[in-house]
Amino acid sequence: MQITIKLFATLRNNRFDSSKMEYSAGTTVLDVLNNLSISEKEAAIIFVNGRHVERDHVMLDGDSVSIFPPIGGG
Amino acid sequence: MVNSIFTNNSNKGTEGHMDKILRIDMGSVGGPKAAAKELGEYAGFGGRAMTSAIISKEVPPLCHPLGAENKLVIAPGMLSGTVAAMSGRLSVGCKSPLTGGIKEANSGGQAAQVLARLGFAAIVLEGKPATDDLYKIVINKDGIKISIDNSLKMLPNYDLVEKMKAEFGDKISCISIGPAGEMKMNVASIACTDMELRPTRHAGRGGVGAVMGSKGVKVIVLDDSGMTMRAPKDPEKFRDANKRFVDGLKQHPVTGQALPAYGTNVLTNILNEAGGYPTYNFKQGNFTGASKISGETQAETETKRGGVPTHGCHRGCVIRCSGIYNDKDGHFLSKQPEYETVWAHGGNCGIDDLDSIAMLDFLDDNYGIDTIEMGATIAVAMDAGIAKFGDAKAAIDLVKEVGKGSHLGRILGGGAAMTGKAFGVERVPVVKGQAMPAYDPRAVKGIGVTYATSTMGADHTAGYAVATNILKVGGFVDPLTSEGQIELSRNLQIATAAVDSTGMCLFIAFAVLDQADTFQALIDLINGFYGGQLTGDGVVELGKKVLSMERDFNTRAGFTAQQDRLPRYFSTEAFAPHNVKFDVKDEDLDKVFNW
Repeated sequence: MQITIKLFATLRNNRFDSSKMEYSAGTTVLDVLNNLSISEKEAAIIFVNGRHVERDHVMLDGDSVSIFPPIGGG
Repeated sequence: MVNSIFTNNSNKGTEGHMDKILRIDMGSVGGPKAAAKELGEYAGFGGRAMTSAIISKEVPPLCHPLGAENKLVIAPGMLSGTVAAMSGRLSVGCKSPLTGGIKEANSGGQAAQVLARLGFAAIVLEGKPATDDLYKIVINKDGIKISIDNSLKMLPNYDLVEKMKAEFGDKISCISIGPAGEMKMNVASIACTDMELRPTRHAGRGGVGAVMGSKGVKVIVLDDSGMTMRAPKDPEKFRDANKRFVDGLKQHPVTGQALPAYGTNVLTNILNEAGGYPTYNFKQGNFTGASKISGETQAETETKRGGVPTHGCHRGCVIRCSGIYNDKDGHFLSKQPEYETVWAHGGNCGIDDLDSIAMLDFLDDNYGIDTIEMGATIAVAMDAGIAKFGDAKAAIDLVKEVGKGSHLGRILGGGAAMTGKAFGVERVPVVKGQAMPAYDPRAVKGIGVTYATSTMGADHTAGYAVATNILKVGGFVDPLTSEGQIELSRNLQIATAAVDSTGMCLFIAFAVLDQADTFQALIDLINGFYGGQLTGDGVVELGKKVLSMERDFNTRAGFTAQQDRLPRYFSTEAFAPHNVKFDVKDEDLDKVFNW
């Protein structure tokens, strides 16, 4: 299945901004993080289709996952 | 012709101590009179606690905000003027001409620590001059001098500061209004100069600049040459606490890495991904141009053009979330625009060009205008058909109208609510007359509760639920449902009122909310300085006390529970992409201040 992965801020270093990638059915968010060598601590905020999810969330075909390191502002 | 009043030594603060309130009666017969008074019942207060205590006690809540009965209180925080990191914030308080309620606007820059070292816990501008002369106030180690200087009339802030530098040298700090404040517009801010002596930091919200203008004061020039740092009661405890505090800030990923690298505009992409980025006057929660105006793009652009992406707005800041934005030829264009500014002039107006946004930021700083209110106002004007969404040149022209004070400029300078009324616009995103900032209340419901209930009007810093709704700082509360939002907003409003009284930059909250040691270090800093025994509970009590004073003033000013509501359409119209409405119950909103 195809998933769009978007990375932000420091997570883009040595990786990419946005990429469409093939994953097998049943892939979890944690699988994607491991595949991209993003540690759990680095992946502070994760959205799938604009909603917060946990690392055990199961991805579906066509999903878009956005991953942010710890950030803030105001 | 100069009408000067030199004061003698008894009208100064004591060196090294912030122990006097400088009261300046601008309406005194024969010319403004200054008197340094003992703190009295205001002893122990600082920042927002000081401004809200004085306003709630001394200003008749039914007074006209531009009249003689209103007061403008300018107060450093409890730790300002010490070597404590992050302690340079200034509070400015009054009855707001925009909201009609109590206002505390907060600014970075150099003014707070310089004023504190000059020995003053507050300046209080009172009364109103009988003529339309414009006054300049100069405060240094020798005392206070107030003089008429009509050559300053209608000078934009940057030109004004250059003139002050030429007259007084470059060791000064300035607190000033631009043309917007002189014209007494609701969007008018008060500017504070930064470490490079540029008027880039603003006490922005609520028209505080209009109140300063109504009192005939154009600029307060501060020079603390010859004054010493404020000395702690327990230097060893203070020094140890400061070290732990700084270590905590450096080690937290937000204050130690993300903010220095990207600044606050790092929020553009995350709010956009979350579907909570108000676009085209709060019509929808994503903007296709978000990436072009994101913090990542901004940092890259700044670096490429020889600007600075990591920069502190005041001496003693270790976070350094600010920056310098140069134009494509490498010349200074503006300070790094903040997230709220980029949103207001960017996505909310459909504008996706950082150079245009930086120019708008510069114009706002120069005319002395709240960037949030201005951007929200332009978007309402776009909804009215005055300009097209996405037309950056038109937006720039509209802000220039405000600076000129044309009739259109006067309408826009009255803010989003006034502009909406003048042009018959139905959807105007304000609470208590003040425009909502850069987070949609339907998709980030915790901030919606803050917008509705804060004593300040729609205000994001007053109880920054975004931290917990979106950023997972201090825990997590789902932004898309109503559960947990009342408690979240209440706790943050209380904590913020306390932090705003210390002179600390609110961004310490990212570290303090997540790291118990860093929160303890902050308490130890306060106790090490004042020699007291403040506890965590004491911090909560201080925050509640400040909020209670503000609520009481607003009630006496005529506010009821009906003012603690969002505009109706936020509850009736679904908001894309998540198709959410603001559905926190009214009876729950009325429980926020339940002590």
